[in-house]
Amino acid sequence: MAITKETIEYTAHLARIELKPQELEKISRQLKGILDFIDTLKRLEVKDIAPTSHILPINNVLREDIPVKSLSAEKALMDSPSQKGTFFVVPKIIE
Amino acid sequence: MELNILTAHELTNLLKNKKTTPEEILSSLEKRIKSVDSKVRAYVRLTEPNKLNDNNELNGPNCFLKGIPVSIKDNICTQGYNTECCSKILEGFKPPYDATVIKKLKQAGAVILDKKTNMDEFAFGSSTENSYFGPTHNPWDLERVPGGSSGGSAAAVAADEAVWALGSDTGGSIRQPAAFCGVVGLKPTYGRVSRYGLIAFASSLDQIGPLTKDITDCAILMNIISGCDSYDATSVDITVADYTKSLVNDIKGIKIGIPKEYFVEGLDLEVKSIVEEAIDKLKSLGAAYKEVSLPHTEYAVPVYYIIATAEASSNLARFDGVQYGLRIPAKNIIDMYKKTRDEGFGQEAKRRIILGTFALSHGYYDAYYLRALKVRTLIKQDFDKVFNDFDCIVTPTSPTAAFKIGEKVDDPLKMYLSDIYTISANLAGIPAISIPCGFTKKGLPVGLQILAKPFAEETLFRVAYTYEQNTEWNKRKPKL
Repeated sequence: MAITKETIEYTAHLARIELKPQELEKISRQLKGILDFIDTLKRLEVKDIAPTSHILPINNVLREDIPVKSLSAEKALMDSPSQKGTFFVVPKIIE
Repeated sequence: MELNILTAHELTNLLKNKKTTPEEILSSLEKRIKSVDSKVRAYVRLTEPNKLNDNNELNGPNCFLKGIPVSIKDNICTQGYNTECCSKILEGFKPPYDATVIKKLKQAGAVILDKKTNMDEFAFGSSTENSYFGPTHNPWDLERVPGGSSGGSAAAVAADEAVWALGSDTGGSIRQPAAFCGVVGLKPTYGRVSRYGLIAFASSLDQIGPLTKDITDCAILMNIISGCDSYDATSVDITVADYTKSLVNDIKGIKIGIPKEYFVEGLDLEVKSIVEEAIDKLKSLGAAYKEVSLPHTEYAVPVYYIIATAEASSNLARFDGVQYGLRIPAKNIIDMYKKTRDEGFGQEAKRRIILGTFALSHGYYDAYYLRALKVRTLIKQDFDKVFNDFDCIVTPTSPTAAFKIGEKVDDPLKMYLSDIYTISANLAGIPAISIPCGFTKKGLPVGLQILAKPFAEETLFRVAYTYEQNTEWNKRKPKL
């Protein structure tokens, strides 16, 4: 599948990454090569194969409903670039 | 005596017999780091000499590692000490908690080094060149890479700047650097070791594991870090064996499969003949071997670069300038995310996040992600079939010995292919170990990979230990 520069630009936006024009150019070129390589997977017939998203049988892990101590707000906030009281501070999101 | 060249089990014996002290061990390590790390650059953020842990008061039978230092990859959380995944976006991050493996090591009395080992940013790479702090150099040839992404851990152990170390392995990130640096590296079965506190790259593939100077140390470290953990719902509740009991010098009756797909074009001829010699050695020690087939081997790399990048794109969404690390201020929040992530992530991280986002995005999901998950099933079935008849599989760890710094840096696809022999174990969730098995004419180490069925680490230890006891490769040291 051919991938266009516009698709990469849109995908970068979805991933919330700003790309400079020359970066977009380079990454588009490299991803094209990588996707061509990945397309070798199309040689296989997989219609009746079940997907493996997890290698072990996965079950819900339950425990007794006993409260345990968790991180304090102060500790949880200590690495934030901007905080106030018990909140993270971000630019205004509601007009 | 130079204490820094010894293994952990040798050091614990000296400590037990009061022939040395924790202070002497640590200072010998610090001295070594000071004299060679300007060349090797195995560690990042080299600051003041390490202090002995404040868990010095620990005593008792479970405290058998008291005073033994352990070096930690920069993506495993150590409370209060920088853990940055060698990325600018996590600059200054001091985790408010310890990873489960760190907690277990502390309970055993080990001294956690607060300087961490170098790695490819977020473990994205096979050479440690993608580190924000610059590359690590291979102790055997400083112009070459140590492998990656746990290149700092492998180089530190090889250069005797570490007694032993922890790394993480998503597609070969412990085994390939272990092979390039001539040390032992184990990727445990998926779910054997808790991932709590390992900064996630690809959650269905990641495992923490040891890099050590010999098999005995590898077994001791696995005894400590293995086990089910209520903080990691994917860790498995299967009893952990005492792996040191598998250290027996006997492989009579062991059945080894040699997959023909691993010995084709692309494998360096010198590496091939060294690995074949190692297989002959195993035979002479009593193992039986036969050629087997893992027919979907050629698809492992493309499957991996869909699944691993898809999971990474999701896991790395949390680095947005809000909770930790770097923030580039902007007027609105979307621009803040975008500018922070542009400035904070390196080239390879951006490439992988975009590729993974693409593979998961509307219109491409079925063609890429879902197809990759299906081929993953086929790869796993290949292994299941072989393990019906064989105890383990033996292959080269990597198609070449260590390559030159800069050689593959502009060609991501070429770099990805250096993991061609290690990736399948992560996709199938099985344990695999790399052990030194010889040297090229240029004096570069070559690794032998042994793979076994899920939770059969004991088989790996038995085969690896027998090989080690009957060879001398792990006794060679690089000249620095």
